[in-house]
Parts: sequence; C-alpha cells; structure tokens
Amino acid sequence: MKVPFSYSFRNLRTRRLTTVLTIAGMALVVFVFSAILMLAEGLQKTLVDTGSYDNAVIIRKAAGSEVQSGVERPQASIIETQPEVAIGADGKRLLVKELVVLIVLPKRGSDNPANVVIRGISESSMLLRPQVRLAEGRMPNPGSSEIIAGQSVAKRFKGGGIGETLRFGMRDWSVVGIFDAGNTGYASEIWGDVDQLMQAFRRPVYSSILFRLRDSSEFEKFKTRIESDPRLTLEALRETRYYEKQSEMMAKFLRILGITLTLIFSLGAIIGAMITMYAAVANRTDEIGTMRALGFQRRSILVTFVMESLLLGFIGGFIGLFFASFLQLFTISTMNFQTFSELAFSFSLTFGIIYKAMTFALIMGLVGGVLPAVRAARMSIVESLRAS
Amino acid sequence: MRILKLIFKNAFRHKLRTFLTVLGVTIAILAFGLLRTVISAWYAGVEASSASRLVTRNSVSLIFPLPVSYKEKIRQIEGVKVVSFGSWFGGIYIDEKNFFANYAVEPKTYLQLYPEFVIPEGQKAAFFRDRKSAVAGYKLAAKYGWKIGDMITLKGTIFPGNWDFVLRSIYKGRDETVDETAFFFHWDYLNETLKQKAPGRADQVGFYMIGVTNPNLAADVAAEIDKTFKNSIAETLTETEKSFQLGFISMSEAIVVAIQLVSFVIIIIIMAVVANTMAMTARERIGEYAVFKTLGFGSFYISALIFGESMFVTTIGSAIGIILTFPAAEIFSKKLSTFFPVFNVATETIYMDILASFLVASVAAVFPAWRAVNIRIADGLRRIG
Repeated sequence: MKVPFSYSFRNLRTRRLTTVLTIAGMALVVFVFSAILMLAEGLQKTLVDTGSYDNAVIIRKAAGSEVQSGVERPQASIIETQPEVAIGADGKRLLVKELVVLIVLPKRGSDNPANVVIRGISESSMLLRPQVRLAEGRMPNPGSSEIIAGQSVAKRFKGGGIGETLRFGMRDWSVVGIFDAGNTGYASEIWGDVDQLMQAFRRPVYSSILFRLRDSSEFEKFKTRIESDPRLTLEALRETRYYEKQSEMMAKFLRILGITLTLIFSLGAIIGAMITMYAAVANRTDEIGTMRALGFQRRSILVTFVMESLLLGFIGGFIGLFFASFLQLFTISTMNFQTFSELAFSFSLTFGIIYKAMTFALIMGLVGGVLPAVRAARMSIVESLRAS
Repeated sequence: MRILKLIFKNAFRHKLRTFLTVLGVTIAILAFGLLRTVISAWYAGVEASSASRLVTRNSVSLIFPLPVSYKEKIRQIEGVKVVSFGSWFGGIYIDEKNFFANYAVEPKTYLQLYPEFVIPEGQKAAFFRDRKSAVAGYKLAAKYGWKIGDMITLKGTIFPGNWDFVLRSIYKGRDETVDETAFFFHWDYLNETLKQKAPGRADQVGFYMIGVTNPNLAADVAAEIDKTFKNSIAETLTETEKSFQLGFISMSEAIVVAIQLVSFVIIIIIMAVVANTMAMTARERIGEYAVFKTLGFGSFYISALIFGESMFVTTIGSAIGIILTFPAAEIFSKKLSTFFPVFNVATETIYMDILASFLVASVAAVFPAWRAVNIRIADGLRRIG
C-alpha cells in the first residue's frame, strides 16, 4: 500500500520556513550550475557559428591564430591557383586574402580599452561568410578609408557607430556601415579594405587566406599537399576547427571553473537537504510509527521520504532554471587569452541544459533524502510510537 | 558562564545535524577562500608591478612593434634612468598546453630593472656571456625538470621556426608575489636570426621598459616620451607598469566580476543552510523557550542563546575551512600554474572569511530568535514538535 503523494506535499507546506530555505539553497545551486553550462554553451555556439565546415583557413605554420600569422604574397598566389578552390557564380574564385590585426579601442561609457580585431577584406569576404550580412549603411568602397563595424563593436566601442570615425594608422576611418553577424565572433570585428589597411599598418604580408572548397571531401588531400609543399610554410585548417582551437583555453577554463564550483556548491545544497530531511524524519517519529502500525510497509515509508526530498529538488531546480533563463538577456564580453582579442558571447539555454540541470537538482534531492529515508524506514513500530 | 555551557550543550543535542552544518560551513568557507584567492591571483601581476617602471608600446596595439632606434631617444629624456626593451616571443614548449610567458629582452638592463628576479652571480655572468642562453623561473624549471645547462627548444608562433636555448640561470622571486614561471632570453639572438631569415622584421622591439629616477616623475616622463614620438610612423603609448597590467585585467573584467558574484552566492547558499538548521532548532525548542520565559528570563537571554549557538556552529566550521584553505591553495597552485603563476592566500582573504562567517551566523539567527522572543508563553507551551 502506498502513502499518498499529498502526504509528502503537505509536509513540506507545514514547515514553510525550512522548506523555503532548503529550496532557496538548491535553487541557487541549480542557478549557478545552469549559468555555467549556458555560458559554455554560448561560447561553443558563437565559435561553431563563426566558422563554416566547407571553408578552409590558411595560416602560417604554428602561428595558431590569424593575428600571429603572416602569409607572403607569392605564397598567397600559390594557394590561389590550387584546383580545390571553388569558383563563384561570377566566375571568380571564392578566395580572400585577408589582413587581421588588433587595435586598442576605448569602450563606450567606461573608456576601458579593449583589443578589437580589424580585418582587411576584399569583395568575396561577405560571400564566404553567409552568416554575416549588412544591417545598415553600405559596404566600404575599395581604395577608400572606409570601414564597417560589427553590431557588437558599434554598440560597445567609442566611434564604432555609423557616421562616426575612428583614428588609427595615422588616418581617420569613417564607419559607413554596420554588419550583423548574429552570435558569431565576427560581431566583435571591424572590417575595411585590405589594401588600404595593409598600407596604413605597414604590413606587407597577408595574415590569412580563406576559401570555399570546391568539394568539401577534398580537404584532407589539399591539406597534405599544401603542408608538404617546400615552397610554402603554411598550414590549412577547416574554418570550424580553426575557431574551435581559438578558444580551447577559454573553454577549458570555463570547464574547470564550472566543474569545481558545481561540485562544491552541490555538496552544500545536499547537506542542506539532508539536514532538512533528517529533521523531517526526527520530528515525525510517532507519525511514522502510526503509519507502520496502520499497515504501511517499510518500503512505502522509504518511498514517501525520498519523494519528499525529490520534490524539494524538483522545486529548487525549477526555480533555479526559471531565474537562469533570464540570463539569456545578457552578453558577456571578455578577452580571449589565446588571441588577446575581445570576444562577445551570450548565455544560451538549450533543452540539453534544462535536462541536465533538472537531473542534477533531482540527484541532489535524492542524495540528500536517501539516508534520512532509510532511517525512517528502519524504525521499529513500538520504539517510534513510544518516542513522543 | 552558565549561558556558554548551555549553548555548548544545545549545539551538540543533535550531533548529526550539527556535524552536517559544520561540514557545510567548512565547505562554503573553503570555497569562498579559494575563489577570493583566484581573484587576487588575477591581480597578482598588478601587485607585483613597480611604480617606478614605465612600459612603452605601440599606441595602435601590442602586436605592433616599435623601432629599436627609439631606445637612444628615450634615454635622452629627463628623468629616465634605465631603458630596457624586449619582444613577446610567444613560443610553445613541445605542446600548446604547456603555456608560459616567454620573451626576448636586453638582458643587462632588464635584470637591472627587475631586482626582484634573484639570480646567483655566477649564473648571471654565464647568462650575459652566452647569447643563446636563457633564464627560467624556479617554478617553471621545476615543472619541466630543467637543470642548468639543459637545451630547451621552443616552437615560435610569432617568429617561425624552432629556437634552441641553453638554460644558464634559474631565478627565484625576491618574495612570494613574484612570478616564478617566466622565461626570457637575449633579444640579440632573436634579432640576429631575424636579420638572416626575415630582414624586414629585424630591429624592432615589442615594448620598452623604462626605469625612472623618481616615481613621482613617472607621469611626466610618460607624457614626454609619447610627445617625442607623436606623428611618427610608430606612435607610442607609455604608462606605468601597474596601469599596463590593469589594462589587461580590465579586458577580462567580466570573468573577475562573475567569480566575485559566485563567491558571494556560495555565502548566501550556506546562509540558507545554517538558517535552516537554526530555524529547526528553534522550532523544536519553542516549548523550552516558553519555560525560560515563565521562569523570568528576558528576551535578551533567549536571543543570546540562539545567536550563541549559531555563532558557535559557524565558527567551528569556518575555522576548519580557513585551516583547510592553505593546503587546498597549495594543490590549486600546482594544478593551475598555467593560468595563475602566483597563487597565494592573502591576509585579506582570511579577514573576509571571518567576516562572512560572522555574517552567516547573525543572519541565520535573526529570524528564529525573533520568533522565539515574540511567541506568547501559552502558545509556546501548547506547541508540540
């Protein structure tokens, strides 16, 4: 015979203060747990969206990132003539030779300086990145000191808005457009004509080459050939892999931080739940005795108390997730240690995270409730009836 | 004295519950202490920087170099005592995971500017003599098992190729705030190699380090340096070492703020746990409190009982937590030396620990005490369980 579920529920309601405090503790843990998962997910999403699988990035061997890389013009020409490069609708090759440098810009409001990526682009740059589209204004004219800014730069950096000017490389650059790059890393970049930028920064070499593969499966073959070519000191990466590598350190940091914090926090919450449940059992010794005398079995008593604890976990998890979901409104911008450049990403809530957070909350409830429930189930009828 | 005895006895009436609460507080204080230490480790570079050192770099950003010819011009500026220069090398030792700071510097002036790097005289002379030699921090050398005379190869990311160095000295920090995981070598070695391999990139430096005669003059000297190179092809940005380091931190501010928030969240969580314990304790003893009242004990006495018990339990927990923080930080420091070269528990962290535990104890006791004080005697005596 089972004890009705409403019994557990009513118990929680009777000891309101204790219940609220326990649930609050659990909700906070679930909040932090899901916040970290959401952050890691957001970072991952930003990076995955930034690259496309069919694109290949060429950088100097061992450079690690575009900023550190240098591709000399003759080498760039060799890459340009490779047969694996796709041809666009207008008959031109879908390949761009780009310059990537960092400049320091002050943020709006706080004036704090941050490193921003400036990318020298050419005509096909937009075509190769379908996730980027012009939101406002127009593209910069080739040969002019005009730039366009990513929406995140336009919003957060001084002089980044449309119609404003930025000064670097001994020139004033006017912002003629804003591009919307969604949740990708490009949102934190500024784009301008590659030839103008190379002159302004006195850089005779390109930083990277990006091209669309004619056939995606040809990548491995291409990579082996390029990397063994004695004329070239370059390496080829799929664009997705390249961006993943860019934030490995950041992702690792978030992971370590997340796991450590969650472990410690959950210990705290489990202890909280345990205290509550032990007290619930101790206070109801005679009740338990009565129930056993009425014919409820040990197992039913065990299930009842575990249910009560699970209920605590469930409500805590739900509240924690509810508040965590509001985090999606925030964007985190921080320096990527690996590239030294600004990276903006937001919290992102997925079903996977909801599932994980709820499971986690229920596990906390279960672990906190099992020992007290076992104690309740083990009580002998006579002893417990005598207790009061 | 009697009240202390009562508090003590009360605290151990529910041994299991007290044990769990103490454990919870211990974990929370330990976590809080470690998180605060992470934050201070973040700022370690700032703490270790000197007010009499200036950093000059290209005003566009750190990745752009400055010509080496600026050295003499900077030296002519009044108030400048020593000028050293160097470049961030960004080399990788075997694998990208083995990250440590490595740069090429002008050795004599650099060590003159950094008296906190302590090197035995003999090793120092050997380092100056050999252009292919390098210096590594004590912790770094210990981590990879390097000994004096070992050959170390770094793979260049900014300057391509494999670069061989002979380890000639191992430095120790003058005190524990000094980063002992850095690696530096002769700028000449870098420059001479570049002259042969990539002449276009030779004779350039990443930064100038400047020692001023008087720290009070630092701001004037900085302004004077920037003025000298105004409107040249490589304009400079000069700031004190401290603000240079702070600039780096402000870029990763979001993370620092997040860790700070999280460290307070754990205190709130433990507050909930302790408050819960106290609420239950007080509820069970409502009858006793009513008896106390009947006997004529005032509300001060009753709340002192509750506050005292709350304080007692948290203090035990946090004392254990604080003691455990030190060995835990030791382990962390070994595991995370890539991220945080300096990882020491600061004295302020301990003060914050104590403050936090005091706060937790007080907040947790407020509501139960209020309830115990305000309950009417008749109600209190009538209530069961």
